[in-house]
Amino acid sequence: MRKSIEEKMNIDALDIYGLSEIIGPGVAAECLEKNGLHVFEDHFIPEIIDPATGEVLGPGEKGELVLTSITKEAFPLIRYRTRDVTSLNPEPCACGRTQVRMARISGRTDDMLIIRRVNVFPSQIESVLMGIEEAEPHYQLIVHKEGSLDTLEVQVEVLERFFSDEIKQLETLQRRIKNEIESVLGIGTRVKLVEPRTLARSEGKAKRVIDERPGRGETH
Amino acid sequence: MRVKQLSIFLENRAGRLDEVAELLGAGGINIRALSLADTSDFGILRLIVNHPEEAFRILHEAGFTLRFTEVIAVEVPDQPGGLASVLKILRDSQLNVEYLYAFVEKRAASAIVIFRVEELDRAVGILQQKGVRLLSSEEVCGL
Ligand SMILES: [Zn+2]
Repeated sequence: MRKSIEEKMNIDALDIYGLSEIIGPGVAAECLEKNGLHVFEDHFIPEIIDPATGEVLGPGEKGELVLTSITKEAFPLIRYRTRDVTSLNPEPCACGRTQVRMARISGRTDDMLIIRRVNVFPSQIESVLMGIEEAEPHYQLIVHKEGSLDTLEVQVEVLERFFSDEIKQLETLQRRIKNEIESVLGIGTRVKLVEPRTLARSEGKAKRVIDERPGRGETH
Repeated sequence: MRVKQLSIFLENRAGRLDEVAELLGAGGINIRALSLADTSDFGILRLIVNHPEEAFRILHEAGFTLRFTEVIAVEVPDQPGGLASVLKILRDSQLNVEYLYAFVEKRAASAIVIFRVEELDRAVGILQQKGVRLLSSEEVCGL
């Protein structure tokens, strides 16, 4: 999307981050390196925490962005949980700025699932699928409990033009998706190929998560 | 000598196979031969029908994921060792058989077996050279 905007309009398109609770746009912005958003640290203190435990995470670790405003008057915020998922990179930037860079927001903690004590964001699975040509980025996550163990099933729509007449080719695709998801999430996953256009879509977006564990009847 | 087969992706979901059969029945399509290969999650239904293009259209409009696959229809002597003799010819020429399945209908003293092999043209040439009869698309559809 950025590429096509830049090409069509002959401009550099830069990502800006902000929240209306704090200042609106203007908490962080990309430089021309387009490799992370510099947080305006003279006005905000960013931290990354594990959304489940509240524990502060180190550089490069993905978690929930927490912001404290330093210069805001009348309505200061202290360790405000943004529910946005990102990571911080304190390495100096090629542009010369020394302000810490945050990665592009990769998800919302509202969507987070805790499976076998691992934090799983649907957006992680989505980005794996975006990288696999043969699969649609339409998916559904089904979380079950088998005995005392949580299980994660990822249902993926097969793209019609890649449908193969051979079982072994479809199984190879299934295994590839499984391996890539597992290497990102770090937990065992069952991948199920389903027919295109069969996963429920609500307002153009798939109903992504079905949590069937006792006591979590909700869907996102 | 190539025959058009329909290959249909089926999720292992109750009633999905019935739906295919009903749609084709309602559309006046006759199924000549079929095989269903499946895993615990999904299956591939392979069909030889009298009107392949029409069958494709019907199933595609109904939202099925399918494609045409080219196969060959081989006349195999209906006697012990008949199939083995054809398989031997293919094996001797290093032609890999992806899958095969038999026609239900019978023609005189022969059975008809559908083969999906890797190098279709080479397989056709070798089988014909060895005197094995292959059925044309028209013959298969008209059976
Ligand atoms: Zn920079």
